[in-house]
Formats: sequence, structure tokens, C-alpha cells
Amino acid sequence: MNTFHRTLLTAVAAASLAACSSVKLDDAPVESRTGGAVVAGSQGATGNSAAGSQTRVASVDVTNTAGSAMSNLPHVVYFDYDSTIVKDEFRPVIEVNAKALSSDRKRHMAVEGHTDDRGSSEYNLALGQRRAEAVVKSLTLLGAEPAQLEPVSFGKERPAVQGESESAWAKNRRAELASR
Amino acid sequence: MLHRRQFCTAAGLGLLAPAAFAQFRVEISGVGGTQLPIAVPKFRNDDQGGQSPSAIIRADLERSGAFRIVEGAGNLDETTAPAMAEWRARAADALVAGSVTRLADGRFDVRSKLWDVVKGSDLGGQSAAVEAGELRLAAHRIADFVYEKLTGDKGVFSTRIAYVTRAGSRYSLRVADADGENGQVALNSGQPIISPAWSPNGKELAYVSFERQKAVVFVHTVATGERRAIADFRGSNSAPAWSVDGQHLAVTLSRDGGSQLFLIGKNGESPRRLASSPAIDTEAEFSADGRYLYFTSDRGGSPQIYRMAAGGGAAERVTFGGSYNISPTVSADGRTLAYIARSGNTFRLSLLDLSNPGAQPTAITDTGDDEHPSFAPNGRLLVYATKAQGRSVLMTTTLDGKIKARLPSQTADLREPVWGPFGR
Repeated sequence: MNTFHRTLLTAVAAASLAACSSVKLDDAPVESRTGGAVVAGSQGATGNSAAGSQTRVASVDVTNTAGSAMSNLPHVVYFDYDSTIVKDEFRPVIEVNAKALSSDRKRHMAVEGHTDDRGSSEYNLALGQRRAEAVVKSLTLLGAEPAQLEPVSFGKERPAVQGESESAWAKNRRAELASR
Repeated sequence: MLHRRQFCTAAGLGLLAPAAFAQFRVEISGVGGTQLPIAVPKFRNDDQGGQSPSAIIRADLERSGAFRIVEGAGNLDETTAPAMAEWRARAADALVAGSVTRLADGRFDVRSKLWDVVKGSDLGGQSAAVEAGELRLAAHRIADFVYEKLTGDKGVFSTRIAYVTRAGSRYSLRVADADGENGQVALNSGQPIISPAWSPNGKELAYVSFERQKAVVFVHTVATGERRAIADFRGSNSAPAWSVDGQHLAVTLSRDGGSQLFLIGKNGESPRRLASSPAIDTEAEFSADGRYLYFTSDRGGSPQIYRMAAGGGAAERVTFGGSYNISPTVSADGRTLAYIARSGNTFRLSLLDLSNPGAQPTAITDTGDDEHPSFAPNGRLLVYATKAQGRSVLMTTTLDGKIKARLPSQTADLREPVWGPFGR
């Protein structure tokens, strides 16, 4: 539990820092390491004069970007393990959003695909993309225009719930509809 | 064994001593096969600059798996004639001695010499005048010199690694020394960052950032912080891999539906599709000779590693054992494929000998959540992410899996490590 508390504290501390601070939050200062030349010793060590530009790290901050704005309609579809099939129980979610899109052609949505956290970031990103594309296809079959929709993926990077259990994984295998 | 453990503790304490500077502690487990016994006694005025060059060198050499550290204080420096008989009696085959001297301008002169104890010969020395912030780099360069002189392979201790940390909702792309020390932030973001990839000259990082609420590929000049989105098409843009000449990147784009491989200029110009499949094609990486593109695809029903000619075309399957093999990376000599193999619910770093068509894959860890392997540029070590006590940590390992070192962090989860090229 200790670990959990520490993680929570860290998260709270990071969140409050991010919320209050108006300056850059760099942990490490921007440092100039111009690299000393290595000169030959008694039996000729090799020199390395190309150090300068390859040792400096300048910090960039893009923490002030907003998160996704979720649709105010029902907006989550859950998937079975290793599956991209939109199950019949989520037909109401698809129908209500398809109707909203077909009745207002200026409306746009992103469909964000997600996976559980097992496996690589990139392979999961592609699996999440497949789920997002499956939901987009369901929506367009019910009258939404493809141009109103962008399928994207967060892979395993943005889980709905933390945890290493089948119930946690099941809540993370999902697609969410966000207003754009 | 007991002796070994005692030594490891001593090495750990040695690195902990300048606590204000030591962000990580090297934890080494396992015992290697053939290791050259070497003594690296404390330099004269070893910690004068707030770092201990001799401790950094010892940790570097031990982590490489090629050396076993012989204990012994010598009261030596690079100008002393060592008592070779004494070092031979301690069973050391080689000896490094040196000194740190504060200069009038505030810099530090770090000098060292390497001896072959068996032959009693001088194998050369090094001298560098550096600022306090460069003492670690000076020590890594001495370790590189020793490694190359004694093994014939280039050392990787002065190279850099990049990785991503996560603490709460705060993501940082960091660049650190190859031992995980001296980490510096290249990018802070409130959104995930994945898949960093070093340009061949070590000056730029390509990566995937979600700061635009979708996966976009950026190229970022590390020294200046200048960055540009090079792939921001409809859908997801991900998995950047530099071509050997540094002019192009292979990327995974979903702009035409599915996740497919494209080649794109380093400024985002003229994307060209490399392959067409009804499946997921992703995680591309060029072989060091530029001939092949290795990638992950589930075109055969389950994710496996394939390769095709770097310019695109027909693909051949590379992995056959098991139903889930992902995240390929190939050693610089093209002989060894490292990847993640799933068996049941365990994901394990595995190697396949590409030079031997009948070779069977070998798992080289006993952990269950390994991810994202990346070869050191000399092909002798790998860095990868795994889980320990519920946290995501970075490890290095020798290719036989016998010497592993953890690059732990105090606060954050560490993920997506990638080893930079030679040349710093």
C-alpha cells in the first residue's frame, strides 16, 4: 500500500504543480556540456572533439495541452480480448451518435481506440486504431459521413482504470467518442 | 558467490557515496562466463569534483559483462610504476590508475593509465580537462578506452540513451548517460510520448507525441529543442525508424486505413507506401547495413516479425516459434534479432541468431513484462523495459543474459528505452 500511496502522492504533487505553475517545470536544468577534448596519452589514446553539440539537452515544455472533450452522448464501446467486433449491446451507443452526426453535418467526432496494457506500445496503438476504425465503420453504416469522423488510437497509453486483472483489462479495451 | 555479493555491495556503496549526484544506482545480478579480471583502484583525489571516476569506470566495466573487478587499494596514480607482482598475486590481468586535479580555472584534469599486468606493459593513457558537469563523461571515456584496448570492440559507455518517464499525468522524454545517470529532460508533456528513435548522427530524436490528442510523429533536435511534426496525417502516425543515411524515416500511418508502413522524408516530405497488407504492419527498424526493414505484422493471423527489402516489396517471415513475437531490433552486425516473445501471460526478451537458419530463439530474462529492447551500438548489450515491484524500470543485459544491471529511478516509471549511436 505504501507504493500506492507514494504513487498517489506523486500524482497529486505532479498535478498540483502542473496546475499552479506558470513557469517551465524542468527537472533538470538546461545544461551546456561542451565536452573536453581527450588528448593523446603515453601511447596515443583517440581524441574526440565532436562532443559539443551532442552533449547538450535543451528542454521543451508542452504540458499546457488540453485533454479530449468527450461527447455528452453515451460514448464508450467495450471490446472482447483481441477483438475489434462492435458487439450488439453497444448498438444504442452507435445509433445515438450516428443520429447526432447525420442530423448535424457540421458536427465532428474523433473515435479514440484503446487497449489493455499487455504488449508493446506500438502494436497496441495499431490494435486500438483497428477498434476505432471498426466504430467509425459502424457509425457510417448508420448515416454518419466519413469526413465527420477521425479514427485515432491511444493504444495502451491512456487506460480507463489501473490494474493487472481481467476486469481492469476489460474496462480498458474500448473506443471512446470525443467531440472535435 | 559470497565474495561476488560482497563486491556488488561495495560497488553499490561506492556509487552511492556522492549521493547528491547519483540519481540512479547500478544493481548488478548474475555472474558471467569469461571475464577479464581488472583492478581500478580509487584515483588520486578521486572524488574531488563530486564524482568518483574510478567507481563510474568500475560500474561501466562490470555492467559490460566482459570484466570482473579485482578489489584492492593501490595508492596509485597514472604516474606511478605499479608493483606488477602484487597485482598478479591478486589475480588481476589489467590495472587502471589515475588522478583528478582541480585546475586554476575551476575545471578538473582527469588522467588515467591502463596497464597489462600479465605482461607488465603500458597500454596507454588518457587526459582530459573538463568542467565538473563533464566528469562522468570523462570517466565513461576512460572506460571506453579500456574496453576497446582489452576486448577489441568499441565501448559504449560514453553513448547516451533516451527513454520516457511517467509520474502521474506527467510524461518526459529524457536523455541520459548509458548508465542511466545524468538524465536531462528533452520534452515535458501532459500527454503520452512513445517510441523515441535516435537519428544516426545522435543529434535528433524522432518520437510519437499525443499532445495533439492523437499520435503524431515529431523530429526533435536534442541540443536546441527545435522540433517539427513530420507525420500528422488523418488517423494515427507512429513507430518512426531512421534510415541508415538519416534522410528518411519509416513510419506507420493509418491515413489510408489500417496501420501500414510508409517511408517519409525527415522533414515530412513525400510519403511513400512500402507495403500493402490487410493486416497491421508496424514497429519497423532498418538493419544497420540498410538492406532490410524488420517489422511486426499480424498478416499471418498472429503478430510475428517479418523483414523485407528496405525499399519495400515482398516480406519474409522471420519468427516462427510461438504465437506472439513483436518489437524487433537487430544488432549492428546483423547477426542477432532481439524481440519480445509472449508465452501465456509472460512477455520475455528473446534473441534469435539470424546467421544460423536452424537456430532456436532463446529467452534471456526471467521477468514477465519485458518491452522495447534496443541494442547498444556495439551489439554487446541491450537495454529494455520491464516491471519490478509494480514499477516500470529499465535494465541492461549482456546477450547471454548473465549480467543485468538495473537503471532505477526514484520517482517515475521508466519506459521506451532506446540506445543512441557512437560519436559523443
